[in-house]
Amino acid sequence: MHGVQGYMYPNEVELQWSILIVLYPYITGLVAGAFILASLERVFNVHVVRPTYRLALLTALAFLIVAPLPLQLHLGHPERSFEMYLTPHTTSAMAMFGFVYLWYLMGILLLEIWLDYRKELVLRWRASRGFARQFYGVLTLWSDNITPAALALDDKVGRIVTIIGIPSAFLLHGYVGFIFGSIKANPWWSSPLMPIVFIFSAMVSGIALVMLMYIALWKGSGRRISMPCVDTIASYLFYAFLVDFSLEMVDLIHRIYEADESFHALDFMVHTRLFLSQIVLQLLLGTAVPLTLLALTQIARFTDRARLRLYVVAGCLTLVGIFAMRWNVVIGGQLFSKSFLGYTTYKMQLGTREGLLPSVFLMILPFGILWALVKLLPPWPEGSEDASRHASAARG
Amino acid sequence: MGGFKNGSHLLRVVVFCAAGVAVFLVARQVAVPKDFGKYGHYRAGALDDARAKPVVFAGQKACGECHTDIVELRKTSKHQKVSCEVCHGPLAKHASGDDTTTPKRPDGRTACLTCHLKNVSKPAAFPQIVLKDHADDGPCSACHQPHNPKIS
Amino acid sequence: MDQSRRDFLLQTGKAIILTGAASIAWDAVVAGAPETAPNYNMADHWWAMIIDIEKCIGCGTCVRSCKAENNVPLDAEHFRTWVERYVVNVDDPEHPQVDSPNGGYDGFPDLGNLSPTMKTFFVPKLCNHCAHSPCVQVCPVGATFVSPDGVVLVDKDRCLGCRYCVQACPYGTRYIDPRTNTVDKCTLCYHRITKGLQPACVETCPTNSRMLGDLKNPNDPIHEYLRTHKVQVLKPQMATGAKAFYNGLDGTVR
Repeated sequence: MHGVQGYMYPNEVELQWSILIVLYPYITGLVAGAFILASLERVFNVHVVRPTYRLALLTALAFLIVAPLPLQLHLGHPERSFEMYLTPHTTSAMAMFGFVYLWYLMGILLLEIWLDYRKELVLRWRASRGFARQFYGVLTLWSDNITPAALALDDKVGRIVTIIGIPSAFLLHGYVGFIFGSIKANPWWSSPLMPIVFIFSAMVSGIALVMLMYIALWKGSGRRISMPCVDTIASYLFYAFLVDFSLEMVDLIHRIYEADESFHALDFMVHTRLFLSQIVLQLLLGTAVPLTLLALTQIARFTDRARLRLYVVAGCLTLVGIFAMRWNVVIGGQLFSKSFLGYTTYKMQLGTREGLLPSVFLMILPFGILWALVKLLPPWPEGSEDASRHASAARG
Repeated sequence: MGGFKNGSHLLRVVVFCAAGVAVFLVARQVAVPKDFGKYGHYRAGALDDARAKPVVFAGQKACGECHTDIVELRKTSKHQKVSCEVCHGPLAKHASGDDTTTPKRPDGRTACLTCHLKNVSKPAAFPQIVLKDHADDGPCSACHQPHNPKIS
Repeated sequence: MDQSRRDFLLQTGKAIILTGAASIAWDAVVAGAPETAPNYNMADHWWAMIIDIEKCIGCGTCVRSCKAENNVPLDAEHFRTWVERYVVNVDDPEHPQVDSPNGGYDGFPDLGNLSPTMKTFFVPKLCNHCAHSPCVQVCPVGATFVSPDGVVLVDKDRCLGCRYCVQACPYGTRYIDPRTNTVDKCTLCYHRITKGLQPACVETCPTNSRMLGDLKNPNDPIHEYLRTHKVQVLKPQMATGAKAFYNGLDGTVR
């Protein structure tokens, strides 16, 4: 019945968490990773990646806005979700995550974006009329204080926010890892490494996303891509990927060596039901190939054009690979029985609330929001050659 | 105060956040049920909700209040500890008088075979029969009184 | 007045009062009214269950009774209690064959003759009402909890349907009721035990292989039972404080 092999406890046959719950760690991971990239410039003074600073923040915001949506769609009673804020159970990682999310959105991301864009917003507020004026008035909190001293203060405060933001970003996605890693009932999930693995795979996916967005946006609007910028981002992607890969290998080797009671059941699952998503998509296409391509660009010499193409391929495969990793954690953790005697099948629906179509929509939505944000708050660094498209085009 | 003037916009952020916290605290007062937290991190009324579910099986003691003759019959029976509703089904409504229709008598075979049909996984000491070796046709009640089944 | 008349009045008075009290209690018991038995005090009880594997005959009456008593969905994917059948080859104990057709609702078909190295038995499963329950630990809003008398319950009015608790239960005893989109599970028939009745599964088990116990009541037979039998809980390594004690539990049971 229902694609069951062996024995599953009767209540386990249907999966509890669907593709929506795969999306959620994927999206929050992109947020955390994008933010870490932005912080490279701000806190660690890696000025060569300055062109991506604002873009990374906007990307993080676009995805963070969408992050709660798969959760809401999944809940049996989404109208009660506010209860997590009213009566949070302090022993529940899920409840505490609600506050981490709120803190990160309001206290870090929105504040940092606001501080960075404030001068432009105030200028627009002063220059506009009617509805636009109301709109910008709200965005600036009706303060037009943009004296050089005020802006210098903004810069200082912004730096502090970014510094606090780095551990906050780790907390944001580490917490998601902990939500899975703290479940002793599930040996596929239960691991102290889980938050760390999630953090590093988040960094990998976020850096890859911002790199791709930078290339796509700059190329799409006719602006010249800064190769030193992209090269640096790609090298950070490579190093983060190495760490992520090593962590996952440590977990794997540990499992194989200790071979506890769950090992044979999990091993069988990986070789059968999870073969395509784990071995092919995550390990081969999603990790080994991008790592090799990135390593090649570090070792061998390529033309700018060739390198850019390699980065795009590596970036896209990375995004697929990290998605596959989330899939393997969430879905994989539910395909085997807690009796270790059987397996079930995930029957993904198409058009229902938790089906494939809403998931595809939710993955496209952040790009739509990002497009709107880019229109509203252009990410081209102020005063740089990118700020004026005509200047770039004239230079050829 | 130059410093304060420079940070006037930041003050607005602080005020905005403070307002948010205030709204949250008010919402909490309003929306959290008053009996939440009485015994632990849950709504105490949930205990009452759990207790208020309707009873479907009356229980052996309830049957004995009226059917004293059957109680007497079962006193020396192997089935003494088998609750009436195992064979007769849920009868709380009958015991309370809410349902005055006469409950349907179980047929003299299905209920018996549910327990006594041979199955290799049952404990060996439990009385089981293989149908073809044990008067295959006809109801069990033809030979066994269900309330005191031993054939002396 | 003389002794015999006084005695008569005393006896009559007692009878009237007792009948009155009994009828009130009886009404409460049978009508399923919200009020508990007049003297039910949560602090006096700490509920537990005993399952005697050596007596279970896999008839499935407990499964049917539970579904009837508690309005559980009748399909094969939602059970508050179910029965498993184990077939173990003693030469290969790490790979028992386990099945639970429709949770044991319709009993089990006979396997016929087994080879001499096989042993087979039934294992009823239900919520273990863990004292250190991992499902309670992870609930984000306090919609599931351990009651003061030791029963793990669900508040259907607060449950979000996030299913975190279903993931956290090591025993697979929780499920989402598709009709309410909230979590449901065995409540130890809380509406019955607070009125002095037995849970439906205990009441209707024909071999008395299920027994309700009150660990706080010094006169409860559970204390003597635990002292004189070798009992185990399921997955003791999880340290959940499970309170469903199995007598005769084989080491192969998962």
